[in-house]
Amino acid sequence: MFLSVTPSPHKVGQANTAKMMRNVALATLPGIIALMYFFGFGVLIQLVICMLTAVITEALILKVRKKPISLTLKDNSALLTGLLLGISIPPLAPWWIGALGVSFAIIVAKQLYGGLGFNLFNPAMIGYVLLLISFPLQMTTWQVPFEVAQHSLSFIDELSAVFSGYTTSGVSVNDLRLTVDGITMATPLDSLKTDLTQGLTSSEATNKPAYSTMAGLGWEWVNLAFLLGGLILLKLKMIRWHIPVAMLSSLFLCTLIGYLLAPDSHGTPVFHLLSGATMLGAFFIATDPVTAATSNKGRLIFGALIGVLIYIIRNFGGFPDAIAFAVLLANMTVPVIDYYTKPVSYGSANHRKEVNDE
Amino acid sequence: MNQYAELTWQGLWKNNPGLVQLLGLCPLLAVTSTVTNAIGMSLATIAVMIGSNATVSLIRTWIPKEIRIPIFVMIIAGFVTCVQLLFNAYAYGLYQSLGIFLPLIVTNCIIIGRAEAYASKNTLLPSVYDGFIMGIGFSLVLIILGAIREVLGQGTLFDGAELLLGEWASSLRVEVMQLDHSFLFIMLPPGAFVALGFILAAKNSLNSRMESLVEPQIEADKPQRVRINKVS
Repeated sequence: MFLSVTPSPHKVGQANTAKMMRNVALATLPGIIALMYFFGFGVLIQLVICMLTAVITEALILKVRKKPISLTLKDNSALLTGLLLGISIPPLAPWWIGALGVSFAIIVAKQLYGGLGFNLFNPAMIGYVLLLISFPLQMTTWQVPFEVAQHSLSFIDELSAVFSGYTTSGVSVNDLRLTVDGITMATPLDSLKTDLTQGLTSSEATNKPAYSTMAGLGWEWVNLAFLLGGLILLKLKMIRWHIPVAMLSSLFLCTLIGYLLAPDSHGTPVFHLLSGATMLGAFFIATDPVTAATSNKGRLIFGALIGVLIYIIRNFGGFPDAIAFAVLLANMTVPVIDYYTKPVSYGSANHRKEVNDE
Repeated sequence: MNQYAELTWQGLWKNNPGLVQLLGLCPLLAVTSTVTNAIGMSLATIAVMIGSNATVSLIRTWIPKEIRIPIFVMIIAGFVTCVQLLFNAYAYGLYQSLGIFLPLIVTNCIIIGRAEAYASKNTLLPSVYDGFIMGIGFSLVLIILGAIREVLGQGTLFDGAELLLGEWASSLRVEVMQLDHSFLFIMLPPGAFVALGFILAAKNSLNSRMESLVEPQIEADKPQRVRINKVS
């Protein structure tokens, strides 16, 4: 009988970059389906535009950098960047918005830093912030969910709206934001912010048709769907629980304190957890293995920091949602967090001291 | 004449204040949102540099070493005030659009750097030329950056040139491409950082390409090692 003798380790993990990126991408499916249910095929069109651009620009820049193209493309990381940015863009935004954002994300935020593993900042969020500060109008015109929309749209209508700004029957993207009552409607976070500055209390503001029982029509289900996807990722051990849990609980705590102290000028904690991109950010964006903190203790601090920043920016900042800014700001602190949360290695002087203290 | 050629080479390329010394980044990033602003800033900087270099060079033997920096700052501040009043009088629109960055030329490190490193050690004429050519080197970077940001940001060139040059210059305005929406990112300071980064990268890669062209010839001129051994 032949016995092969191999050196250790004998148990090899099945995870590799390509597989992990693919699983993360697949786990966004529930969220994408929910988005499509409420906002139509525009979501899908944006995703296709963004992912195509991601792959093309990645191939181009790899050629310029004289790196192996197909090998790097196979790790799916560019696809995931395109996917995450595509989800964040309003479904009927002009096509060049997505293309510009993704190519900036891939070229400047990822490859100029040295490619996957060397980037300091989350590429998808860099692309998003670039778009948000450059084209605030296009980036904040989300249509109303289908249930209350004045115009119903076919796939061809949406395609034409993305590429020309008008549907086939000649309705402009701006008019598509009208509800059945003929009034435009911003996203729940946006409209809460505007109403609060106009002197309405938060309970008056959330009485509008943009809100339903919990956190805003459509958005609560989108967030719950992303939460489901995130739980799948946790189950598959693609991400660890530290960042999402720390981020969501610190956001919950901050909003709870704010709501208890000044209920008229704050949304409820549930509203904050289930609106905007909270769940997408907690499970899919903040957990990016390259740009997040690397030790468990560091992850807890990193996540909690993002939660606090989201609360501060949503309530006191100029923009309605804050995931992108919060994640980028927290990315900046990662080297410091990593430095101070270095796990003690087994048997070192520090480790012995720790054991003795206990 | 050789000295002047060396100064020109240093100021425009090898030791360019904007691209190599990376001095004066504050005006470089803040006011280059259009070509017109960049040209206005360039003119002001060149004028101040020539003036301060000339004055420092003339009085260099009487300046006590211990307090030379405050003296340089006083001289520069004097010239900046003159330039600021001139802009206020003859190009009021530009004066307003440059805003605080015009008086802030006082703190521009290029000017005090040249006063300290060159003018305080050299005679009048070379010092004036050094101030002029360093100013030109800085201006080129300002204008290139301004052009890139104006074209990408709002699709025009020389927008608002009439603020600087008078009414006739409004015909200089070129519409390079039609943009429905201005690209705010590139017009804000972060865009200037990114654009400057690309210019630096281009300069460095040109430099290394030039060096690799020059180097093989030097290699060929070197005597063979075997021969050296034989001679010694």
